[in-house]
Amino acid sequence: MKLLFEQRAHPSRLMTVVSPLLAVLLMLIVGAILFAGRGVDPWRGLYVYFIEPVASLWSIEEMVVKATPLVLIGVGLAVCFRANVWNIGAEGQLTLGAIAGAAIPILANQWQSPLVLPLMMLLGMAGGIAWAAIPALLRNRFGANEILTSLMLVYVAQLLLDWLVRGPWRDPEGYNFPESVALEGLQLLPTLGYSRVHLGGAFAVLAVLVLFLFMARTLKGFEIEVSGAAPRASGFGGFSRPRTVWFCLALSGALAGLAGIGEIAGPVGQLQPVISPGYGFTAIIVAFLGRLNPIGVLFAGIILAISYLGGEGAQIELGMSDKTAQVFQGTLLFFILASDTLIRYRIRVVRRTEPVAEAAR
Amino acid sequence: MTALEAVVLTIITASTPLLLAAIGELVVERSGVLNLGVEGMMIIGAVSGFAAAYSSGSALVGVAAAIAMGAGVALLFAYFTQTLVTNQVATGLALTLFGLGLSGLIGEGFTGLPGVKLQRIHIPGLTDIPLLGPVLFGQDALVYASIAITVLVAWVLARTRIGLVIRATGGNHHSAHALGYRVIAVRYACIAFGGACAGLAGGYLSLVYTPQWIENMTAGRGWIALALVVFSTWAPRRVAIGAYLFGTVWIMGLYAQGVGIGIPPQLLSSLPYLATIAALVLISGNRLLTRKNTPACLGLPFVPDR
Repeated sequence: MKLLFEQRAHPSRLMTVVSPLLAVLLMLIVGAILFAGRGVDPWRGLYVYFIEPVASLWSIEEMVVKATPLVLIGVGLAVCFRANVWNIGAEGQLTLGAIAGAAIPILANQWQSPLVLPLMMLLGMAGGIAWAAIPALLRNRFGANEILTSLMLVYVAQLLLDWLVRGPWRDPEGYNFPESVALEGLQLLPTLGYSRVHLGGAFAVLAVLVLFLFMARTLKGFEIEVSGAAPRASGFGGFSRPRTVWFCLALSGALAGLAGIGEIAGPVGQLQPVISPGYGFTAIIVAFLGRLNPIGVLFAGIILAISYLGGEGAQIELGMSDKTAQVFQGTLLFFILASDTLIRYRIRVVRRTEPVAEAAR
Repeated sequence: MTALEAVVLTIITASTPLLLAAIGELVVERSGVLNLGVEGMMIIGAVSGFAAAYSSGSALVGVAAAIAMGAGVALLFAYFTQTLVTNQVATGLALTLFGLGLSGLIGEGFTGLPGVKLQRIHIPGLTDIPLLGPVLFGQDALVYASIAITVLVAWVLARTRIGLVIRATGGNHHSAHALGYRVIAVRYACIAFGGACAGLAGGYLSLVYTPQWIENMTAGRGWIALALVVFSTWAPRRVAIGAYLFGTVWIMGLYAQGVGIGIPPQLLSSLPYLATIAALVLISGNRLLTRKNTPACLGLPFVPDR
């Protein structure tokens, strides 16, 4: 018995829809095994992990809060990855966005005006762009690999944030805790009723719609698509690769920066040493689970937000490590990639003898 | 032990895991595969090395476990990228994310426990020579192993038939296939070797560098190792030079923090990462040097036609 991969002439439409679902299903099976191995009833484990987060209004609100940054960042990364621009430093761009946007409320603590929030959002995006511009510049100017440079900058950004909240930006009345002053009033994003759902959620949906139309309907979107899928053809078509690199990194940097300041002006409420549970990295999984399609990213963001919530639930109810969520997420990415193979290849099971018979023909 | 001896010894200890991980990845990349999962394989090596050493009381068992687990998760990567022909960049990232999560899960019960340290060797007489003694004759076995592996890899790649096959596979997998070499099998073997080296590098961290288990204790070293391979332009000798250079930067940052010269510690901690970026820029800007050894098929998928 042997598995044989035959390249399809066209990517399978059916599999494009089925494969992400298959990946989630496989992840659930591995999850059940993992729970059983830890002495937890698999059904109960899966229930706590994936059903409870959507079983009450409160938890659905929490899900939206967590999906917001994941979708914002994921949709930018989806465009990047389509172009074969590997920005994996979104976590750093998120951090810089948070720092740049929070500069206003921290340095001008008393300033309350309808202008504050839009300015913070713009600065947040600018911060993300600035941080993403470094790998873009180094890629275009020196050919330095953007995977490594963007990732290295994550560590630098986190250390910069750490320095700020322990040093110059520490709240003088904060009992020496490494935290900035808390944001107040008009410095905070408006929320939906009394929930923690904030305006960032609307930004995320907007970004999804805009980028969906952008990729499907505009020349620039086409340029990005071609640049990734057929670099040589794109060159002959007169599309500039450096410009694509700039565009993709700036776009995903801006969205990551917006996600960062959205966290600060939303659920987090101040700068502190850790402001994200790795949203920038999880968003990579979101982008792939969404099949690098903006609409797909929206659903994928929700699924991964559930896994974060499920992780918290499992920690409290089942006494399982919060790392379980990360294992689930990593496993999911493996399965997404594997089931992607189904889209590009037809898999046939052949017996060992067949190649011989064929050779004789 | 004099202060100078101490500095030199810590530099060697900091450089060894970088060298081990980078020399393994160099072989992988020479065969035409880009495995971005070094960080994940390292952290898995670190946690399994610690766990095995703690449970058995023997550092050597820990070393063996680190190697085995590193190679094990690398084979997972090999199965996905070689057999299922998944995207190598994305699969490598998956391996890193998965490894970081799994290591936390495995290591949960081991946090804060006293580790088993792999002892330095001591040859009476030789080790006692000032400065040179401890540096040349007083290291732990893995330091010598890392250098031996580097020399061996350099020799195998440059001078042996196996090395030629590996380079052919990375240079042009279609030609290698046409010549009858089993491209996928060669790559499986190289990936497993790279994983074993990365696992050993991780084990070095949890058995020698800081003999305990700390979450995320690799702190980006796997990524730096990846950058070192680029920095070396795929030449084993330069990987060694690069690893020691980066080990020095790492330790200088730590020492400067200890002395407290008024520079924010965070800035000093970010030095290795900034140095990595600088190194990448310096070397990538030099097209001539990079082109010479870059495996032409690096990261490209290969499906054998029948």
